[in-house]
Amino acid sequence: MITKAIKQGLTLAVVMSFLVGCSGSDTKPVENTTTGAATTDTSVSEQTLSNVVYFDFDQYALTAESRAVLLAHADKLKGASVAVRLEGHADERGSREYNMALGEKRANAVRDFLVTQGVNGSSLEVVSFGEEQPAATGSDEGSWAQNRRVEVKY
Amino acid sequence: MKRYLVLCLIFVAGFAQAQLNLKVTKGVDNPTKIAVVPFAWTGGRLPEDLGKIVGNDLEFSGQFEATAPDRMLSFPRSEAEIHYRDWKALGAEYLLIGSITQQAGRYYASYELFDVVQQRRVFAKLTVDGAEAQLRDMAHHISDKVYETITGIRGIFSTKLIYVEAFKSPQKYRLMLSDIDGFRPRMLLESRFPLLSPVWSPNGQRVAYVSFEADNKPAIYIQDIATGRRQQMTNFRGLNGAPAWSPDGQKLAMALSKDGNPEIYVMNILTRQLTRITNHFAIDHEPTWSADGSSIFFTSDRGGKPQIYQVTVSTMQQERVTFDGDYNARPRVSPDGKSLVMLNKRPGSTHHIAAQDIKSGNLRILSETNLDESPTIAPNGAMLMYATRSGGKGVLAAVSLDARVKILQPPKQGDVREPAWSPFFN
Repeated sequence: MITKAIKQGLTLAVVMSFLVGCSGSDTKPVENTTTGAATTDTSVSEQTLSNVVYFDFDQYALTAESRAVLLAHADKLKGASVAVRLEGHADERGSREYNMALGEKRANAVRDFLVTQGVNGSSLEVVSFGEEQPAATGSDEGSWAQNRRVEVKY
Repeated sequence: MKRYLVLCLIFVAGFAQAQLNLKVTKGVDNPTKIAVVPFAWTGGRLPEDLGKIVGNDLEFSGQFEATAPDRMLSFPRSEAEIHYRDWKALGAEYLLIGSITQQAGRYYASYELFDVVQQRRVFAKLTVDGAEAQLRDMAHHISDKVYETITGIRGIFSTKLIYVEAFKSPQKYRLMLSDIDGFRPRMLLESRFPLLSPVWSPNGQRVAYVSFEADNKPAIYIQDIATGRRQQMTNFRGLNGAPAWSPDGQKLAMALSKDGNPEIYVMNILTRQLTRITNHFAIDHEPTWSADGSSIFFTSDRGGKPQIYQVTVSTMQQERVTFDGDYNARPRVSPDGKSLVMLNKRPGSTHHIAAQDIKSGNLRILSETNLDESPTIAPNGAMLMYATRSGGKGVLAAVSLDARVKILQPPKQGDVREPAWSPFFN
């Protein structure tokens, strides 16, 4: 059951990383590791792990899909001494400074989740860009959904 | 010679394009009609048309309509040359005449205001003087005098505007200073990294803002406007945002997340000592001082959605201030301390600028544009400017606090945002 949810999450993550790729973002897909629950029953060999997780409007709670993606990242990061920057973002609606806080709350939510999964918190740096660095530049629901995100940068 | 002229024209065109070019889209229903006679001048070509600037200024308030000079039957230079009947026929209620003289490189502008309806002089001849580069300042000074005489409200035509202009590919941010009508833009800072939240010091000499220039992370800076000298005020882990000068100019309220979560702090500018004001696991952000400096208004989502709260600095007592709408953020207090202006969204609607009477709690939506943000109030409390989007670009807009006057800037090359209206300079 859990594996299924993760698999769905990963499929979604692949779609999302494709979308983000199309929108001109500089996020780089990272090849999946061979260990961990995320790959146990998938038959897609080139499956990539998304470096971006998305949020609902004005929210900083992780969605089930985000948790699945982050579980895979946690597996990669556990025990590794690699520095990671978590960049929080918001869509253009609302107040510019408040969106800075929203981006930070989102990045903090990602950090806290990774830490509870055993990742060393001191290797995780959080920074928020608010609405300053959109992944998609349109003023529509589709663009806004792509912009409410945290990018996991290795 | 010809080439020189062509170069000059290109320069002038480039300059005109760089201006904000704010346009009144809706004025009051019955604007006061004033005829500003072209100012008499016997020398060669003057670099500025003072009468035209005064007319534009007064129209920029949305409360005046200036008579076009080509409709005028005469250009009187003194009271003796005024035929009131002619001006009445044009519908003018007021008549401003003036003349400019030059002496030892300095310009002297004299002006007189007449009431056409009552056929009498409103104020005796006044004179303002300045160097050539100050001709626009002289015109704005005259506009202030005329505006205050007729409306009883202090004019804002000599105040300034600071705003951020952002460009894509390559990404570039500029902190700009201009006259309030958008003319004479001057760059205060250019950066490849985000710039936001500029605020004027109460004495109008410095600006505080947030810049990501250091390691692509936010930090608060203070810059002296005349000299360009800068000081980095904060360098904390996490959020360093939304600086706000206390009315006495001694302290900066700000939002920091150095202790794990966005909270409101007050920094003594001289000693850099920090006092923590809020302590809540929710977002506390965007502080701004009450007019008397005794309390701070701020945005918090501690109730689930962003709303405005007020904290009394001496007691740290906090209370919620806004209840109308599911999103209220980025508060600013009017100079008389009576109104709160902020970003408001009601369920099912988009973000607009709204004003709330602090005492009664009554809220009124002021703007009709979309994706509105960052309101900043004029020092006379009559008008506010904010950022919105038009033609896919960030532009500035203005609205009077009674919502009768609306102004919009046509889109330009960059995204214009984060306006900050200066205080009065004297």
